Amino acid sequence: PNVIQLIYLVATGFFIVGIRRLGSPATARSGNQLASIGMLIGVAVTLFDQEIISFEFIVAGVVIGAAIGVFAAKKVQMTAMPEMVAVFNGFGGGASALVAWGELARLNPTMFDTQSLITTGLSILIGSITFTGSFIAFGKLKGFIGGGRIALPGQNIINLVLTAVALFLVGWFTIDPANQVIFWSLFGLALLIGVLTVLPIGGADMPVVISLLNSYSGIAASMAGFVLGNNLLIISGALVGAAGLILTNIMCKAMNRTLTNVLFGAFGGGEEGPSAIG
Amino acid sequence: MEDLIFNLFIFVLASFIGFELISKVPPTLHTPLMSGANAISGITLIGALIISGATGGAFSHWIGFAAIVFATINVVGGFMVTDRMLEMFKKKEDDQ
Repeated sequence: PNVIQLIYLVATGFFIVGIRRLGSPATARSGNQLASIGMLIGVAVTLFDQEIISFEFIVAGVVIGAAIGVFAAKKVQMTAMPEMVAVFNGFGGGASALVAWGELARLNPTMFDTQSLITTGLSILIGSITFTGSFIAFGKLKGFIGGGRIALPGQNIINLVLTAVALFLVGWFTIDPANQVIFWSLFGLALLIGVLTVLPIGGADMPVVISLLNSYSGIAASMAGFVLGNNLLIISGALVGAAGLILTNIMCKAMNRTLTNVLFGAFGGGEEGPSAIG
Repeated sequence: MEDLIFNLFIFVLASFIGFELISKVPPTLHTPLMSGANAISGITLIGALIISGATGGAFSHWIGFAAIVFATINVVGGFMVTDRMLEMFKKKEDDQ
């Protein structure tokens, strides 16, 4: 296990250098390649984890996932890149929620300590928001859903209240983890929040939203790392979460906007997306 | 409890590194950087591997299986589209 941890440390190094190099034009491509090597190292060494005893599901899942990923990545038009990234990001966030749920289903929830329960709840919450939010962002960019701003009166307040309720449910889940009603309410509400928070945002602002959702999926992965006690997950998730937030900020500045304005601007007055009516 | 403190330490320190890693990114790199970072967040794949491969009931194995499919799409697709974008970027630079 110590050897695995040390190799995880190597993978972390690849990710850090990779992200750094992705930020500059001359080195960006090598940065992406370094990050992918880090991923390969991390995945390969995890297969030697003593906890893993069966490989049927792993082989089948990786083959199917890789086939879909390769197909999508080769097919996509250059002009459709932001929505493609949104889809990939949605799957990543969904995977983190599933990992937390799977760990809960695998073990007896009453055996979890408080730390694991809080992070399980947060991983499901943030991962599910990322999942539906990313697909709504995809739909908006593709034009399946009106590109303009769609919002109910008081949408921002509704969203804030729902988010507060969701956090309350995370707390309740921590106290009573075996309660199926609480668990499913949390899951369902999180999926709904993802839809409702992205739906009111104009199509022109979608890249910023996708960048923010990308940061969320990093945090969701990090939370899943807390659940599993896995350092590589915690570190890589935190790196993406933080770097994603900085990038979101940079993208807002490039558009002369603030993040609050993008997220809650549906009724900000004066400022409208290119197609104001959805 | 010690585990929690230790994990929080690495979470916070890694976040600080993440905050410092990028600055002044040219607009043409916004999407590729987002895409590359997104592929890294597919690291949750290693969590999915453990869920579906470790002892547990059929139900948790199926959840783990779904998580593997999702995360692998994120990782493989993410790194590949990032490379495609950056490849084009390179060509455009050469043309000029």
